[in-house]
Amino acid sequence: MKKKNLLQRTIIIVVVTVLGTYAVIGPRRKPTLKDFTWSGIKSTLRDNIHLGLDLKGGSHLVMRVKTDDYLKELTTSDTVAAENAAKEAGIEVKQTKTDATPGNYRVTVEIADPSKVTEARDAIQKKLDLNDTSMWTYAASGGQLTWTMTAAAQRLLAQNATDQALNIIESRINALGITEPTLQTHGAQNSHQILLQMPGVQDPERVKMLLRGQSKLELVHVVGPPSPAPSTTYSSEEEAKASLGGTVPTNRRVLPYKERVERTGNTTDQKNQDKPTRWVVVEAPAIIDGTQLRTATAVNSRGGRSEQYEINFSLKKDGAEKFGAWTGSHINEYMGVVLNSEVQSIAFIKSQIFDSGMIEGSYTKQSAEDLALVLRSGALPAQIEYLEERTVGPSLGADSIRAGVRASLVGLSLVIFFMLIYYRGSGVNAVVALVLNMILMLAGLIIFGATLTLPGIAGIILTIGMAVDSNVLIFERIREELHTGKTIPSAVDHGFDRAFVTIIDTHVTTIVSSLFLFVFGTGPIRGFAVSLVIGLLVNLFSAVYVSRTIFMWELSRKRKVESLSI
Amino acid sequence: MLQMFKTVNVDWLKHRAWLIGLSVALMLAGLGSAIVRQATGHQPFNLGVDFKGGTVITVKFKQRPTDDAIRTALTSQSVRDAIVQPVTDKNDTVLIKLPLEGETSSVDAGRDQVRKALNNFGTEAQPNFELEADPSAAYKIVGTDAVGAVAGAQLRNKAIAVTLAALVGILVYIAMRFEWTYGAAAVIAVFHDVLITLGFFSAFQWEVSLTVIAALLTLVGFSVNDTIVVFDRIRENRKLNRRDSLYKITNDSINQTLSRTVIANGLVFLSVLALVLFGGDVLRAFSLALFIGVIFGTYSSIAVASPIMVWWEQRIDAANRAATLAYNRPTKSGVQSAVKTSARGAVASHAAKGSPGAGRA
Repeated sequence: MKKKNLLQRTIIIVVVTVLGTYAVIGPRRKPTLKDFTWSGIKSTLRDNIHLGLDLKGGSHLVMRVKTDDYLKELTTSDTVAAENAAKEAGIEVKQTKTDATPGNYRVTVEIADPSKVTEARDAIQKKLDLNDTSMWTYAASGGQLTWTMTAAAQRLLAQNATDQALNIIESRINALGITEPTLQTHGAQNSHQILLQMPGVQDPERVKMLLRGQSKLELVHVVGPPSPAPSTTYSSEEEAKASLGGTVPTNRRVLPYKERVERTGNTTDQKNQDKPTRWVVVEAPAIIDGTQLRTATAVNSRGGRSEQYEINFSLKKDGAEKFGAWTGSHINEYMGVVLNSEVQSIAFIKSQIFDSGMIEGSYTKQSAEDLALVLRSGALPAQIEYLEERTVGPSLGADSIRAGVRASLVGLSLVIFFMLIYYRGSGVNAVVALVLNMILMLAGLIIFGATLTLPGIAGIILTIGMAVDSNVLIFERIREELHTGKTIPSAVDHGFDRAFVTIIDTHVTTIVSSLFLFVFGTGPIRGFAVSLVIGLLVNLFSAVYVSRTIFMWELSRKRKVESLSI
Repeated sequence: MLQMFKTVNVDWLKHRAWLIGLSVALMLAGLGSAIVRQATGHQPFNLGVDFKGGTVITVKFKQRPTDDAIRTALTSQSVRDAIVQPVTDKNDTVLIKLPLEGETSSVDAGRDQVRKALNNFGTEAQPNFELEADPSAAYKIVGTDAVGAVAGAQLRNKAIAVTLAALVGILVYIAMRFEWTYGAAAVIAVFHDVLITLGFFSAFQWEVSLTVIAALLTLVGFSVNDTIVVFDRIRENRKLNRRDSLYKITNDSINQTLSRTVIANGLVFLSVLALVLFGGDVLRAFSLALFIGVIFGTYSSIAVASPIMVWWEQRIDAANRAATLAYNRPTKSGVQSAVKTSARGAVASHAAKGSPGAGRA
């Protein structure tokens, strides 16, 4: 019976050891002989273990979507739309108001004739989505109609904006061709944060610019007399407003118009200076906006003969039809290409245009390509800001690995040295258990696809400590049992059984607290918890099961046991 | 065989007043350091960028200029309040620390200005080259950490919340396996270790970064581990020697596990010492936190957790005995019967956990 038990234990240990070792040093494909040379093992090891950015090098960015801005813009545009809807229904609007402070978003429309409140409400709600009671709370008093955004709607819309931003950022990152990026939401649900990790990227400036890049594209009608008169521009904002009689009505916008000159290299060069900003009056709403964009590409302005680039774009079918109809009826007038509320170029419409246009200006190759990419990926619902940026060069990461590995090895050899001297023969048990623990722990990290970080190495060091502790507990207990005069097999049995209770308690306590760290902790703290939990689970196997099997094997070799090297 | 202790028979609990007094003194010293610094307008802790916000730029030079030369170059690019700190174990590397500007929550690494300043000493290596591989380069920015105020506060709060949650988890588990008094004593001991370690960080103004939090978590695990070993022995001895008082049992248990404590913790101590000596600057704060933690984690199992547990259990015992007496006498007031029922509840819970020694002593 006991012999059979020992055989069974030995088989389990050998199988686990072989599988574990293969998980660590074996390649994830059909192995060749070359994989088992020293350099082959080293390169497989590099492939198998996922290193965190702090060890491998790369960029780590935490950004926040400014959802308050998004809700504000939404409320403001709803106010404008509500006013227009009321006017279309022939109701005189006295004034409108938008409240948009964090947590409080309200549209207020005051009409001249209080008896028409219901009529006004129906007219406005027919045009707008303000009638959804889960999103907006409606109230009226006198001639005043208000719609207040519910807390649930604020949460939902902010969450949607974050999700949308995440998708857009993902398409921009993919278009840039960054390898193995990690992109996910970060922190608490209502914090609207996004985490981006880019292994190997050492200078994230360009990525940062690109992600933050706004891309609100609009094609607008520029107000002014038709060609051949030149397009009407004003030298100041006030002058442009004065042409509208002092106040800007809701169907007009005053926008800056700057002929774009890319600052390349030397900024003191006269030719590189921007021309003074002019102002133009355009019609609101826009003819077409960026959602109708199909593609955008950067092209060289003069067919490859200059350093200057511009962006060609084309429209989707629906947009093209609308644009074609509009241009057909506005021949000889002016239209403008507006990017992020700035007029980029003004063109005069010679004939009907259907689906393509151009953003002129002098861009460098990279900035034109980046802008085209940003346009293609769609507009961010709101601006993003960066909360955290970390970059680790590969050499710095390598230094950390070296320091961690060196310190662990020095510690490990001290431990091994001591165990062999102090516990002699049984010390070998402890060493075997310890080495097996390290191998299986790495195997566990690899199998679960966990990432090894600097705090993760700390977890490994604590595991070494607890693994040695388990052995010391067992051995000291066996010695105690021997002192009380028990026979050797009985002392070994008792020692293991008694120490096992303690070992379970210490391990479970640490695992319980590690689980808290894993569930509630962030990146580095999680890395610590993962390697610790895996290490402790493995230790229950290596320090107790394996070590005991070695003792059993030793004792079973002799018929009568007279001495134990401990 | 080699053996450190033949038979030890120390009356640890006799010295508990001194031991706890020492702990309290150390905690007060740490607290005092933090309070004095706060009162004199300094920061109680030297918080790293992780928690305070700001930027740290790590620069590697071929020929490192003097700190003053770097400072002058930075000032000429109007980078103010920068701290230039050489890395002690690598004499070609310098850390440039920039404080958080204004109240903005957003970060801008300030890389460009620092880069312009450093261009006084030569050009930077190409992005995808190591410094050594680029013959014309004089320096390379090998790492940046920029943390905004929001992210800093978030990391700080999260670290504290997570540590407390982990302590609660430990408390609940030990309460389930032992008694809740044991759990409370173990958690108080761990708390004590963390406070003393933080006291050292305040007194010596070592930088508190995210890795220090990892070290504190390691220390929580280590200290609880050590306390449980002693408590486990106490639980076992109580079942074996039901006539002995808890006082004697605790002393015996500490003495019986002493060789294990010295060997296992001594080995961990040696490993951590190796970490302090060979771990380099990257791991310095981490290793120091562990170094102090191991010393006090060991100390607290004997000097803090055990005396508190004994004191608490004895109080409960006394209450139980008073209640039993009250139960036997005719009751005169409602107050007594209230004591009686609560004490009976305590007895019942002890009996349920299978440690009958509690009612005896």
